[in-house]
Amino acid sequence: MEIVIALAVGVMFGSGIWLILRPRTFQLITGLLLMSYAVNIFIFAMGRLSVDRPPITLSPDIDPSQFADPLPQALVLTAIVIGFATTALYLVIMIGARGLTGSDHVDGKEPRE
Amino acid sequence: MNALPFLQHFIVLPILLPLLAGALLIPVKQSRYTLKFALSVTNTVLLWLLAAALLVMADGGYWPDGIGVYLAANWPAPFGIALLVDRLTALMLLLTATIALAVLVFSAKRWDRVGIQFHTLFQFLLMGLNGAFLTNDLFNLFVFFEVMLAASYGLVLHGYNLQRIRAGMQYIAINLVASFLFLIGVALIYAASGTLNLTDLGMRVALLGTEDTWLLAIGVTTLGLAFLTKGAMWPLGFWLPGTYASASAPVAAMLVLMTKVGVYAVLRVWMTVFGDGAGALAGFGFTALTIGGMATLFFGAVGMLASQDGGRMAGYGAIISSGTLLAVIGLAGGPVLASGLYYLLGSTLAMAAFMLLVELTDRIRPPGAALIAITMEAFAIEDKPEDPVGQGIPGTLAFLGLSFAACALVISGMPPLSGFVAKFSLFHALLDILPTDGRIPGLTWGFIALVIVGGLAAIIALMRLGVRIFWASGDIAPPRLQFTEAAPITALVTFCVLLTVQAGPVFDYLDRTVAGLTQTSTYGERVLQEPAVTRMPRQEAE
Repeated sequence: MEIVIALAVGVMFGSGIWLILRPRTFQLITGLLLMSYAVNIFIFAMGRLSVDRPPITLSPDIDPSQFADPLPQALVLTAIVIGFATTALYLVIMIGARGLTGSDHVDGKEPRE
Repeated sequence: MNALPFLQHFIVLPILLPLLAGALLIPVKQSRYTLKFALSVTNTVLLWLLAAALLVMADGGYWPDGIGVYLAANWPAPFGIALLVDRLTALMLLLTATIALAVLVFSAKRWDRVGIQFHTLFQFLLMGLNGAFLTNDLFNLFVFFEVMLAASYGLVLHGYNLQRIRAGMQYIAINLVASFLFLIGVALIYAASGTLNLTDLGMRVALLGTEDTWLLAIGVTTLGLAFLTKGAMWPLGFWLPGTYASASAPVAAMLVLMTKVGVYAVLRVWMTVFGDGAGALAGFGFTALTIGGMATLFFGAVGMLASQDGGRMAGYGAIISSGTLLAVIGLAGGPVLASGLYYLLGSTLAMAAFMLLVELTDRIRPPGAALIAITMEAFAIEDKPEDPVGQGIPGTLAFLGLSFAACALVISGMPPLSGFVAKFSLFHALLDILPTDGRIPGLTWGFIALVIVGGLAAIIALMRLGVRIFWASGDIAPPRLQFTEAAPITALVTFCVLLTVQAGPVFDYLDRTVAGLTQTSTYGERVLQEPAVTRMPRQEAE
């Protein structure tokens, strides 16, 4: 499982980096989205990967190794929400830029031929 | 029943007040400028008073060791989020409130009307800034950074024109990527140490195994990259000059403060995590910070010489100031850091004043006026705000010239103002640390040389700009200024003068600040042993 998650994070982040270096705003936003997915999975994996283990229990006398770490799950929720919000904000600005400049180039103008 | 003393709630108020004020401002109609302005200013004055009160409480022995801890939602540290006030936090809060107040008053006559919801975004920005200074939890720091950044995205685009959109797109893209790095860093730190409380982390560093130690070092470095992007260390700060030059004047002045948040976060994290008690990791990365800071200083100096307009020049000035501070953190030692903080105070105030001033001097030349007219037209606000050039104050040119000279003196570090005192004490402290072999390392000499060269570049560039604005533009009609535009600049410059005159008491305070900062064990005692409020269940109390 570790190798699959690691590969997924690596491939998504790598593609994200390549995409954010591209000149079009659509490529840029796709790259940012991919990177945010990679980061979210990465945070989740930092709580150690496990299968079939509940994260929360009310009983005080338990063996903690039988339970998943709830904190990264809380962190990843917050990170997802904030990531969504900022990306949505960026999308709005991109639409504004497209309307104002008439170009979807990140510099706001087409490169000279 | 052991209730929390009322004064203890002061710690959380600098976050709550702007949040409430910002929320209150949203439904107020855009056309009611005066009401919006009054709400916003009242709240900022309250914040200033709060910051001053916290400073007195932190320094006056209200809390043991000058460290106040507030357990949010009453969860004991390290499980819940702890807010922490010490002398450094209080000082930064006061600096923030001072600049915010000046900027708000400055924007009263025009800038808050060129776009919608200026005051709301401004209050949310203050909330993010204050939260970032107060929090002692790394993930909470991320949240406050995002609050601050989201507000700043809106503010950078305030007065929507082509130039701002272009600069804003890059600014936002870079900060989004920096936020991802921040998250990766936080996740790695949690994986390595199992804690997100900064003080707790500082306590645990020495106890980690070899593997976890390395994981932690990688995590903090990634986190540092995110901070340094905000603090504009070379080569992460290329976004800064363009963004500053295109943002509207009040926003640019607030952005100056935001670079200082990055520097502050680096200082906090490095002092806590990689201090003397860090075992194998003690002193990790300090040299890299020094070298990076020096490269930043050099880049800023060259950029300042090369730039033509005031806004861009001010941006490079902020880069120089960041670079100096980062290098000082890297060379950390008690008295050096105190001088660095003194430099931070003076240079931030002067840079903010300079940002505001640049906009006023632009009015001397006609093209500036034309640009603003286009902005207003593009935005199509319902009723045209009255022209900013109304009554006017007498002696405009003399005022502009004098303030310009004062800012230039502080930024470049020439006598007699605070910039000089800062640099002089910095050199004195640097040369005062005698290493064991009695020889001062080459890095220190290099840094001193660079600071002097940076100052020289700054004074040359600023003089050239001043000559061009005031003497070489031929027949200039003095622009008419509003009182609300002149007063904030005067106030900021006066603060710089006060810093110089009262250098003794200020340095005493900063020495106490640094002495407290270097004692990481007291932080551990105060934060981790802060008792949660215990309340008996109601039926028992009855």
